[in-house]
This record gives sequence, structure tokens and C-alpha cells, in this order.
Amino acid sequence: MPGTMLEVEGLATGYGAVEALKGVSLHVDKGEIVTLIGANGAGKSTLLMSICGDPRARTGRILLDGQDITAKPTHEIMRSGVAQSPEGRRIFPRMSVLENLILGAQAAGQDPAPQLPKVFALFPRLEERQSQRGGTLSGGEQQMLAIGRALMSRPRLLLLDEPSLGLAPLISRQIFAAIRELNEREGLTVLLVEQNANQALRLAHRGYVLVTGRITMSGSGAELLARPEIRDAYLGGGH
Amino acid sequence: MTAPGKAGRLGAALLDAAKAMLVAFGLFVVMVGLRTDVSSSGALLLRTRWMDVALLCAAVFVLRLAMALWVRPRLPAAGSALLGTGLTRAGLLFGPALLAVALVLPFIPGIGRYELDLGILVLTYVMLGWGLNIVVGLAGLLDLGYVAFYAVGAYSYALLAQYFGLSFWICLPLAGILAAFWGVLLGFPVLRLRGDYLAIVTLAFGEIIRIVLLNWVSLTGGPNGISGIPRPTFFGLPFSMSGGPGTFAGFFGLEPSPSHRVIFLYYLILGLALLTNWVAIRIRRQPIGRAWEALREDEIACRALGINITNTKLTAFALGAMFAGFAGAFFATRQAFISPESFTFIESAIILAIVVLGGLGSQIGIAVAAIVMIGGFELFRDLDEYRMLVFGAAMVVIMVARPRGLVGSRAPSVLLGERRRIDASLVGEGRG
Repeated sequence: MPGTMLEVEGLATGYGAVEALKGVSLHVDKGEIVTLIGANGAGKSTLLMSICGDPRARTGRILLDGQDITAKPTHEIMRSGVAQSPEGRRIFPRMSVLENLILGAQAAGQDPAPQLPKVFALFPRLEERQSQRGGTLSGGEQQMLAIGRALMSRPRLLLLDEPSLGLAPLISRQIFAAIRELNEREGLTVLLVEQNANQALRLAHRGYVLVTGRITMSGSGAELLARPEIRDAYLGGGH
Repeated sequence: MTAPGKAGRLGAALLDAAKAMLVAFGLFVVMVGLRTDVSSSGALLLRTRWMDVALLCAAVFVLRLAMALWVRPRLPAAGSALLGTGLTRAGLLFGPALLAVALVLPFIPGIGRYELDLGILVLTYVMLGWGLNIVVGLAGLLDLGYVAFYAVGAYSYALLAQYFGLSFWICLPLAGILAAFWGVLLGFPVLRLRGDYLAIVTLAFGEIIRIVLLNWVSLTGGPNGISGIPRPTFFGLPFSMSGGPGTFAGFFGLEPSPSHRVIFLYYLILGLALLTNWVAIRIRRQPIGRAWEALREDEIACRALGINITNTKLTAFALGAMFAGFAGAFFATRQAFISPESFTFIESAIILAIVVLGGLGSQIGIAVAAIVMIGGFELFRDLDEYRMLVFGAAMVVIMVARPRGLVGSRAPSVLLGERRRIDASLVGEGRG
């Protein structure tokens, strides 16, 4: 399917006097998995949050499927086909798994009924634990819940912020397999932020390297993996 | 248990008791030990009461030691867990039983005017607790100025009745709407605040409302308050002692009695409280109610899901305030006199204490807490100045035994398959 799902042009933003992004441009085509790698504090999560309008872009434009969403309020952006699984999972700990999932649909103004079986099919573990409190799940299950919750709003573009954070290698491979399955079967477009560059670049079609608020490199996943300086770049760069 | 273990425990307990005594000494040496009196010549006289301090410290030592040796070892193992599951299980039967008692209370033999008045008072606080629970328990917005909306409701009815001669039944919804309006007004400036900061601003808001009521003498009568507020009618039939054809007693062919009005007021507040409960329970299963709970759990996640934080917070403030407004209008018509003195911070604190003691978010827990707090307060009336002491101690005991409140579990609002409750004591504080 041709066309661009997400286009970010010269995006700059920050928190108060701190400038976190200094003119970032990238694009994600429809049906693509694009990964954004970089060290701590490079601005990866800020970029994902900024696409959602929080913090707001100071300069630059963000286009979703050709539509300018730069100035839209956050809740409207999240209702126009973008979903995010935020950093640190941020599931609702005292609400049940089922409630968490239902919220994912209802918060975006959608009916949860049609999407629920799909999420349960993708993560059967969630179906087993549906009446359990979110906070009592293991780390991996919580990550599944966070992704499942994001999928409940039937997004066109899924933003994933460090899904492998704090997970055992086996579990994080399961999560990555699920992302690949979503992309291949449903054609879901994914923008994935990762510290685990190795795994992320293997999964993604293309990748960008973000170093202190600027894109320093881009290319196909295999291309980036092959470059010798990539290791330095995502470990902090700027020698 | 082996002998060294026992000796070690005794040593630890003694040390613990000594520490507690030291704290007590620090507190009592000024509060009890020193006392100023006015001598016959009019000069201030400092009197010392070291004996009393010594007695109090000794009492603290002995009690603390006793607690460490006998009470503590058993409490977490059996007491707390048993109390927990027991309360949760009993809750299924307890709620309907409590409701049944509330429904027939005026007709139980031996229930007189005093008991009914107390019942009305308790139910008013149950209603306020359920209303505040929407804001604090469900949406997680700590509101220390809730009494302001109660005041808005009361003054709305009093002023509308005084200036425009509107009846209670017209003013009741108006009072609710006005209070909700003020709820939204408070909501706007505090949209970005959470936790402690929110608490401080809401506290200030409560005080502002009270001080305005106190100082706007031309409208509110200031500290003199408003008197002669019309009493409610039974859908147009006044409760009058004359017993004429246009009165409640005359219409139903009853002997005129002052208890008719009290019974009517009782059922009125019972109805209002049940309405609050019904709305709160229903709304918890709606998307907006779920959004409130999500907001309490994690605001950033809510944003990421596309929840409109502004609307969600404002509706919580507005709905909570509306029920306080209803309760306020009821309070005004029941008392027939209101003044800013009825709406001090201590009222907010009591309502909040009811919500917290009841277990944040639990409807039945709040009802029990209101009965314990308000009823208990009346029960200890004979203790005079020790009333607050006993009362404070009772609250400490409840919070030690049940740190999550009387009913600390939360039932999911949606289920596929079997019903399961997760007790709060099984999961960590805050993070669930």
C-alpha cells in the first residue's frame, strides 16, 4: 500500500528551557515498521509524545495520513487513528485486565466488542488473566496489556515506547514476534522506540538514529545494523 | 518459641515502649504539664502538673508494651485478614440489611425524635460522603474544600426562597445546578494540579466561599446567617399543626403531629442519599466513570489513550459538587437557619475522613464509616471533653487494623465469566 502514514518535518520541542528535539524530520510509510533508536535522553520518548501533542511542537509540522495534526488537542489526535503504548507501560494497576482493555477502546470513543477477541487472540495470556488486577500481572504480561490496550482503539498508526524495557530476553522476543505478526497480518503501521537496537533493527523495515535531539543516521534495518558506528551512536554518540 | 527469641522480643518491646513513652513525654510536658490560670488578682499564673504527666507517660509505656507483646503478634496473622474477608463477604448481605433497617427505622418501636434526628444527620453525611467519593474515591482528586459546595447549595436555597419565594422542590435542582457550576469554576484553575497542590487550592477555595458568605453582609446576612428558611412541604402540603384541609395531616386524615415532618425529612434525605448512591454506581460502569478511575490510576496513560482530561476532571468536580448542593439545600430546609459557621473546614475534614475510613471508592464502607463517625460522636457525648480523645483513638485503631479503610476491595465494573473480588490487602499500597 503506497503512501505516507506519518510525516514529521523539522519538529522542535522541549520542556521549559530544555530543548529536547532540535528539528527532527522523519516519515513512516503505510504498512511499515520504523524504529527509532538512541541512548537515554536522546529525545525518543519526547518525539513519540510530541506526535501525540504533549509536549506540543514549537516549530515544524506533523502530518498523519496527509492531515496536519500539529495543533490538534491530544485527545483528538488519539481519536484519529493513533495509539500509543507509553514508556513504562502505565497500565491501570487497580483496574482489571478487562477494564484496562475496554478503556483503551472507550477512551477513543470506540466500541470495545469487535476488537477484544483479536487482542485476546494475539495475547492469549490476557484472556486467562482478564479478571485479575493490572498491577498483579508480571512485567511481560503488563507489556502485553499495554500493547493490547493501545490496539483496542483500532489504530492506523501504533506508537510503541520501549516495549522490551525491563523484560527477560525470552519475553521481549515474544513481544517483538507479536509486533511482527500484527504488521504482517493486519498491515499495521508501527513506529517503535527502542534501546535494544539490535532486536529493533532486525524487526524494522527502516530505522532512524536519534542523538541528543537530532537524527544522525537513517536507513533500512539491515543497513543500519551493518554499520560499525551504530553501536557508538546508540550508546551515546558524540565522541 | 525458644527462650532467647522470647527474651529478644521482650527487650525489643521494652525499647519500643520506652521510645513511645519518650514521645508521649515530649508531647505531654507542654500540653499537660504546663497550664496557665488567671489568679484572683487577674495576673496570669503558671501552674505545673508533673504528676499528671508522669501518670500519662506511665500509661503510654504500659499500653505500648502490652500491645507489642500480646496484640501485635496476632493482629496481622489472624485479625486483619479475617476482618478483611469477613467484611467483604458480609458486605453482600450487609448492604441490603442496612438499607432495610434504614427504610423501616422511623417505625421501629423505641425510635424517638432524637434517634430520627440523628438518623437524618448520619444520612446527610452518608450522602456527602458518597458525593465526595465521586471526586476523591473515583477520580482521585483530593478535595479539601468540599464543604464549599454544601454551603453553595444551602445558601442557594435560602436566598432563592427568601428573595424570590421559590419552594423547596424548585430550589432543590437549582441548588444542585448552582453547586455544579461552582464545581466547574473550581475545576478550571486546578486542572493541572494533582495531589498535595490540588488539596491546598481546594482548601483555599472552601475558605474563600465561607469568608465571602461571612463578609457579604448585605446579601447573606454575614455572621448572623439567614433564618426563617421555609420548611419543605409534602408536594405542596405543608406540615402544619393546625391540621386544616390544606395540610399534610388534614389531607391524609391524620392526627397532626410534629413527628410527621421529621419522618418526612428522614425519608427525603434517605431518598437523596440513595439517589447519590445509585448515580455513583451506575456511572462507574459508564465510559465516563471508567475514565475517572483511569484518571485516578495514571493521568499520563489517560492522555495516551485519548481521554479528554479537562472534561473528565470537570465532570467529576461538577457531579460531586451537585450532590453536595442537594445536601446543602436539604440542610437549609431542615435547620431553617444557616450561617457560615456550619461550613467550616472541619466539615470538609469529617466528610473526607468518612470517605477515607470507609475505604476509598467503596459505597457500603462509606455508609458504615458515616454511622461510626457521626453516630459514634453522638454516642460519646457523655464523655464530654474526652470525646475527641476517644474519637481520635478510635480512628487510629481503625487505620492500624484496616489501612485501606473498612472496605478496601474494589469490584471490577465489567466481567466476562465468574465474579471475583481482589482484596486490597493482597496487593501493595498505591500501585495496586
